[in-house]
Amino acid sequence: MVNLSVSLAGVELKNPVIPASGTFGYGREFAELYDLNLLGSFSFKGTTASPRFGNEQPRIAEAPAGMLNAVGLQNPGIDAVIAKEIPNMEKIFRGPLIANVGGFSLDEYAENCRKLDACPQVGILEVNISCPNVHAGGKNFGCDPNAAAEVTKAVKAVTKKPVFMKLTPNVTDIAEIARACADAGADGICLINTLLGMRIDLRTRQPILANRTGGLSGPAVFPVAVRMVWDVYEAVKLPIIGCGGVSSAEDVAEMMLAGATAVEVGAANLRNPYACKQIVENLPGVCDALGVDRITELTGGAHR
Amino acid sequence: MQKTVLKMAQSRRLTRDVWEMVLEGDASAFTHPGQFLELSLPEKFLRRPISVASYTEDGVLLLVRAAGQGTRELVTAAPGTEFDTLTGLGNGFDLKNHGEKPILIGGGIGLAPLYGLARKFVGGGLFPTVVLGFRSAADVFYVEDFTALGCRVFVATEDGSLGVKGYVTDCIRSFVPECNYGYVCGPTPMLRAVSVLPQLSDGQFSFEARMACGFGACMGCSIHTVSGAKRVCKDGPVFQKGEIVW
Repeated sequence: MVNLSVSLAGVELKNPVIPASGTFGYGREFAELYDLNLLGSFSFKGTTASPRFGNEQPRIAEAPAGMLNAVGLQNPGIDAVIAKEIPNMEKIFRGPLIANVGGFSLDEYAENCRKLDACPQVGILEVNISCPNVHAGGKNFGCDPNAAAEVTKAVKAVTKKPVFMKLTPNVTDIAEIARACADAGADGICLINTLLGMRIDLRTRQPILANRTGGLSGPAVFPVAVRMVWDVYEAVKLPIIGCGGVSSAEDVAEMMLAGATAVEVGAANLRNPYACKQIVENLPGVCDALGVDRITELTGGAHR
Repeated sequence: MQKTVLKMAQSRRLTRDVWEMVLEGDASAFTHPGQFLELSLPEKFLRRPISVASYTEDGVLLLVRAAGQGTRELVTAAPGTEFDTLTGLGNGFDLKNHGEKPILIGGGIGLAPLYGLARKFVGGGLFPTVVLGFRSAADVFYVEDFTALGCRVFVATEDGSLGVKGYVTDCIRSFVPECNYGYVCGPTPMLRAVSVLPQLSDGQFSFEARMACGFGACMGCSIHTVSGAKRVCKDGPVFQKGEIVW
């Protein structure tokens, strides 16, 4: 019997499989299909201080081996999430939730995290400094090491929960950003968010997405994510949640060998609503084939 | 929602770009006309959402406009080709609250879900009036199928090559001013034009959107409504007239 449990900065998960924020809503649609308690955790839809509609239509485009999205952080706002969505999620998932936190200023990040700190259902704060689909006056905290460090400090000051900074791949050196977050007190790193992309409609000769650009996800980005997880594992001594194009139990093992302690599954949920369930079910077989009794043995295995 | 495998039974070309397809398999997840399915196509990451024209327990009838490479491959797939499919998606039309004099209004490929709706109405003894709009006579399809159900059918073409010259709205104003409750599906400009016809006190409008998941998880297809953001795939695709923000 393979031991699949992992620990993320002291938060115990029964396995490393976590649906990624923005691909799983608040879990309700998937709970109609399978028991969510088979998951390690799930990272619910990113939350901002105020309700947001997000971008206009169209928000979705096909891509080779993947997709573009420009949803733009649609959510009902932190107060509604805490009052309605978190109690609903507690009914369908008993483990610790991961709260993905958005923001447009240091104060907003801190205020959102302060409010979520009071929610016992939330085990980890995943601070999104990497959404490519919102325009905060040109400022993107995840693209500058100093800004990333400032957000980390502001959030750490208001919560005792583990803080994982979710990084963007749209930078020259992601390891430098990760180091800045680590030095500022982050408890872990989550990477990668989507890669900035664009599709153009040949008929209209215009970008398909109303936002013009969108975030690329799906199997197309998997090798990029593996490489960046590798880089960050070399750079910091923090637990890593690997994310980007994971579609199978084999992909989970590969991401862990690159350095991840746990793994998020994103776009695969949208194509196959049973993706995470199937990955969890296939994981013991993959571990057996690799000859490991504890899945944690895989983490960073490719660096040895 | 159900994840299942549907198998191509037959397909035939109806116009230069519209095909009729019959897929066999478990279609028990469908409960209302106006619902849709999502087919997985080879070498495409996202499934393709397609409105269901009608369904039985054992299969579905689809009317598909082959607009891109993916849908062209779909409609020309050999009999026996299997498609991984999500079935029973969306809310579909509400048949109960149909007002006094319901009218079914379809634009182009938007007539697809109205066919199943008309069949349900006729099965219940109600024979709705149907108005169908097309670009030209060469694009006309399925008119005789609605007629065969016993419905009174009016056709409008933009160039006047068949039926009334103009749009469905011109046809409704001229020929069926008494109808006051619409079931409407077609391009968004058509939906908007129909919604402001003063004779239609109420109605149900079926929307299209680019989707990723098709079952409410990703918020990729959200639109504005009077009660906030709604997902076309899960809260729709059919919305009551009073909900819609144009």
